[in-house]
Amino acid sequence: MHTNVSTKSVISARNLTKAYGEFKAVDDISFEVPAGESFGLLGPNGAGKSTAMRMIGGVSGRTLGELDIMGLDPEQHGPEVRAHLGVVPQQDNLDEDLKVRDNLIVYGRYFGLPLSYLRPKADELLEFAQLSDRAGAKVDALSGGMKRRLTIARSLINDPKILLLDEPTTGLDPQARHTLWDRLFRLKEAGVTLILTTHYMDEAEQLCDRLIVVDSGSIMAEGSPSSLIKQYSTREVLELRFGAERNAAMAGRLEGVGERLEALPDRVLIYTNDGESALEEVTGAGLHPITSLVRRASLEDVFLRLTGRSLIE
Amino acid sequence: MSTTIRQQDLQLQGQNRLLGSLYSRNARAVIGRGLLATKSSNWLVMVSGFVEPVLYLVAMGIGLGALVGQVEGPGGQPIQYAAYIAPALLAVSAMNGAVYDSTWNVFFKMNFAKLYEGMLYTSLGPLDVALGEIFLALLRGAMYATGFTAVMGMMGLITTPWALLLIPASVLIAFGFASFGMGITSFMKTFQQMDWINFVMLPMFLFSATFYPLSVYPTAVQWIIQALPLWHGVELLRQISVGVFTAATAVHVLYFVVMIVLGMLLTTGRLRTLFLK
Repeated sequence: MHTNVSTKSVISARNLTKAYGEFKAVDDISFEVPAGESFGLLGPNGAGKSTAMRMIGGVSGRTLGELDIMGLDPEQHGPEVRAHLGVVPQQDNLDEDLKVRDNLIVYGRYFGLPLSYLRPKADELLEFAQLSDRAGAKVDALSGGMKRRLTIARSLINDPKILLLDEPTTGLDPQARHTLWDRLFRLKEAGVTLILTTHYMDEAEQLCDRLIVVDSGSIMAEGSPSSLIKQYSTREVLELRFGAERNAAMAGRLEGVGERLEALPDRVLIYTNDGESALEEVTGAGLHPITSLVRRASLEDVFLRLTGRSLIE
Repeated sequence: MSTTIRQQDLQLQGQNRLLGSLYSRNARAVIGRGLLATKSSNWLVMVSGFVEPVLYLVAMGIGLGALVGQVEGPGGQPIQYAAYIAPALLAVSAMNGAVYDSTWNVFFKMNFAKLYEGMLYTSLGPLDVALGEIFLALLRGAMYATGFTAVMGMMGLITTPWALLLIPASVLIAFGFASFGMGITSFMKTFQQMDWINFVMLPMFLFSATFYPLSVYPTAVQWIIQALPLWHGVELLRQISVGVFTAATAVHVLYFVVMIVLGMLLTTGRLRTLFLK
């Protein structure tokens, strides 16, 4: 049975569209997510990622298209579908009137789960979220990272088969992010399908087996992080800074260096498979950037190429 | 955390129940949450809701009552002024409690605490949430009604065992207001709009034959008052308090039954548009 788990789609969206009047938040997107995969939706703010997530959760209807979550249409069978989903919303919506442990137990009650199951489960999840010592604390006494971990712990109370994470680490410090990533890896190992939106490229590279890049409601590209980089970018990127005033002017004189060139307000990016020799070419031509950096291409470059703008704007 | 997901787990079975996408028969989880949250909330707020009508009863009933003396009761018999206004104040308190719980409380949970948003990402449907919240409002209303009826008894304003029916009748009234209140609140976006609720409630409290009989008004005004829910509540409780029942009693009860049904339809429909849009 285990061998063919990955061949079965747990989410299947066909021509999914959500329109608010004239505006199309999600415009005719199709994708499949096999069981156990970690699937990312990448895109700038307002690209339609959260709307797509809401539709998967059955808390947002669709204008057109078909959606199948583990064999059911979430619009028709919201409660049954959500019984097997875990949801981490963009903004924490923990119950501030309840204590930390009670947040988990009460949330489990919403799924109709018995207390005999929930009490040990809550303790197990507090352990998982490294919050055992805060079990009796008030929610508003927790730090941002702790609240986020509690929200994730809460989303696991019903042993979900699919976990929806809407920008899970936004606003967290690096240490808290790494702790969270570690927890998400463990869930993936346990076979939970992860669907996450993010606008952090490193997060997407770390966590996603496969992702789609969404902009203005449409899918711009689809694939694994490495295949997307291979397809849409060169192996390395040379970053040059000439000072804000001069970047654009210098870009004109850099034509022909590397395979492709992108002039941003703060720097010039040269896409090439060999950054060091490109840099030699630049200095050989008598140009002296204030700073230069050769780095491996990342998803950020893919994103820039596809949408023509940086992610966090 | 060690559970491994198997192939057969990934095919869900849908049930084709009536209201399947709106209701999962689990309003008790919402009620349980409310009771647990009450533990940590401010008890003074709870108590004030009980004290307010008692203060009115003492001030108006004993103070003003000394000037007024006896008035004509529902059955035509003379009764003390305090006994005349006490059931009316009970109806007002049922209304206030239900409206407060189903408007301000709901408004806050909906717009600021994002409580319902979290609930609706679980197996709960909007109807579970509405029923649970309304039940909590009614529970509070029943507690106030019981306390107030006890005070009436201690003040010697109860003369018939029928008066025990004041408690369930108050809950009926509260149900009517709560089911509508929650639906109306769902339209509100700002605090300024919420103030309109008080703007409607205060005149209804003062003019619904609470402190004097309806007959003081010209006919046209009487019709308006008789269309409003509080008047039906006041009259219903006033009749019960002296054990006088007429055909009008049934009309009053029916008024609230219809109000509850319409209110629940409105609320569920609104929650659906708001959260499952």
